[in-house]
Amino acid sequence: MSKEDVHITIIDREGVSHEVDAPLGIGMNIMELCKAMELPVEGTCGGMALCASCQIYIESEHDILDRNEDEQAMLDEAWHVEDNSRLGCQIPISEILEGLVVRIAPE
Amino acid sequence: MIKSDILIIGAGPAGLFTVFEAGLLKLRCHLIDALPQPGGQCSEIYPKKPIYDIPGFPEVLAGDLIDNLMKQAEPFKPTFTLGESAETIEEDSEGNYIVTTDAGTKHMAPVVVIAGGLGVFTPRKPPIAELPQFEDKGVEYIVRDPEFYRGKKVVISGGGDSALDWTYFLANGIADRVTMVHRSQSFKAHPDSVQKVLDMAEAGTIDLIMDSEVVGISGNGHVESVLIKSKSGDEKHLPTQHWIPLFGLTPKLGPIADWGLEIEKSAIKVNTVDYSTNRPGIYAIGDVNTYEGKLKLILCGFHEGTIMIQSAFKRVYPDKKNVLKYTTVQGIHGF
Repeated sequence: MSKEDVHITIIDREGVSHEVDAPLGIGMNIMELCKAMELPVEGTCGGMALCASCQIYIESEHDILDRNEDEQAMLDEAWHVEDNSRLGCQIPISEILEGLVVRIAPE
Repeated sequence: MIKSDILIIGAGPAGLFTVFEAGLLKLRCHLIDALPQPGGQCSEIYPKKPIYDIPGFPEVLAGDLIDNLMKQAEPFKPTFTLGESAETIEEDSEGNYIVTTDAGTKHMAPVVVIAGGLGVFTPRKPPIAELPQFEDKGVEYIVRDPEFYRGKKVVISGGGDSALDWTYFLANGIADRVTMVHRSQSFKAHPDSVQKVLDMAEAGTIDLIMDSEVVGISGNGHVESVLIKSKSGDEKHLPTQHWIPLFGLTPKLGPIADWGLEIEKSAIKVNTVDYSTNRPGIYAIGDVNTYEGKLKLILCGFHEGTIMIQSAFKRVYPDKKNVLKYTTVQGIHGF
């Protein structure tokens, strides 16, 4: 792995782990990463925190559980929401995500 | 039977701009949309969000863009079937297509343009196992006729504008009693709507149950009560005749997937020469189509509609010649 990317594990709805070196510096977020990997994440609203179709659970110990206001409001309307739920579109790919493990929430 | 030259399925930005381009070629358009208002995602999901990549508009609100597109299309008198979704398509012996909606409305045109975006907006349903057996038996996802609830006990779930607005409306002398159940303490809605409902709860006109959600339904053939679970884990049965879960809408490609069109990853494959599909006379533009290099952008939908309509003209008028005329030279001559 070069310094230009971070290693992330995404667990799909069937429980299969997908390992990826996600590129830094191109403004990508977790929702877009899932779509780029052709995982079944819709991203209907395009990343505006307006649809919750990219809900994921943070399974590793990374300190990224704080939700922004729009994201919190959307998750208040969504299902299968847990304490470790986030919207993938609101998590930019950055160095602090090295080793991150996320699980895609049910539809 | 509603007849037009061009039948557009989907009244989002791509469909609306196509009305204008078709009008320049003297082609009349009719549009079908499952939503009760034109504008597609722009109106339904993000009307107050600014868009920055519409050429010539450094910043425009999605809702304003739709208003402007409606104004731009207006000289060409588009007609609409709203609140109905296109369900089936047949071809008659003269090569016209007949499209029937879920409400049974029939439309006929020699050209069908699918501008359906991500699909038909359908209600987001709560994950409750017994939900399907109570659909239309006390569980309704849309308020079609408020009078239906006169004198009834109603539970409404959701924290957005439609949940708040219907709570306010039905509690004003229509329903016997309205209970609003909401997952958290905050609402994702217009502050005025929130205040009105909070005031009603304060005055005892409605029951407002926060930090809770409906997790179960019981009844013998019809809703008789819902099970409400609070964040702290307390559960209680609340007697009611209706439960209206209002959690917004989400798009699904829907019946168009069965129209014999070539589909790739939930999108319709098109030939980029004219955005035609594998069925002659059926085109697909905007977010619903796919091709090498596809970008799901409103501005690309505008381009696709403009190119497509030239090819559609030849199908409607095989013997007529069409020459590109600039609006700066000709102006706009409406119908």
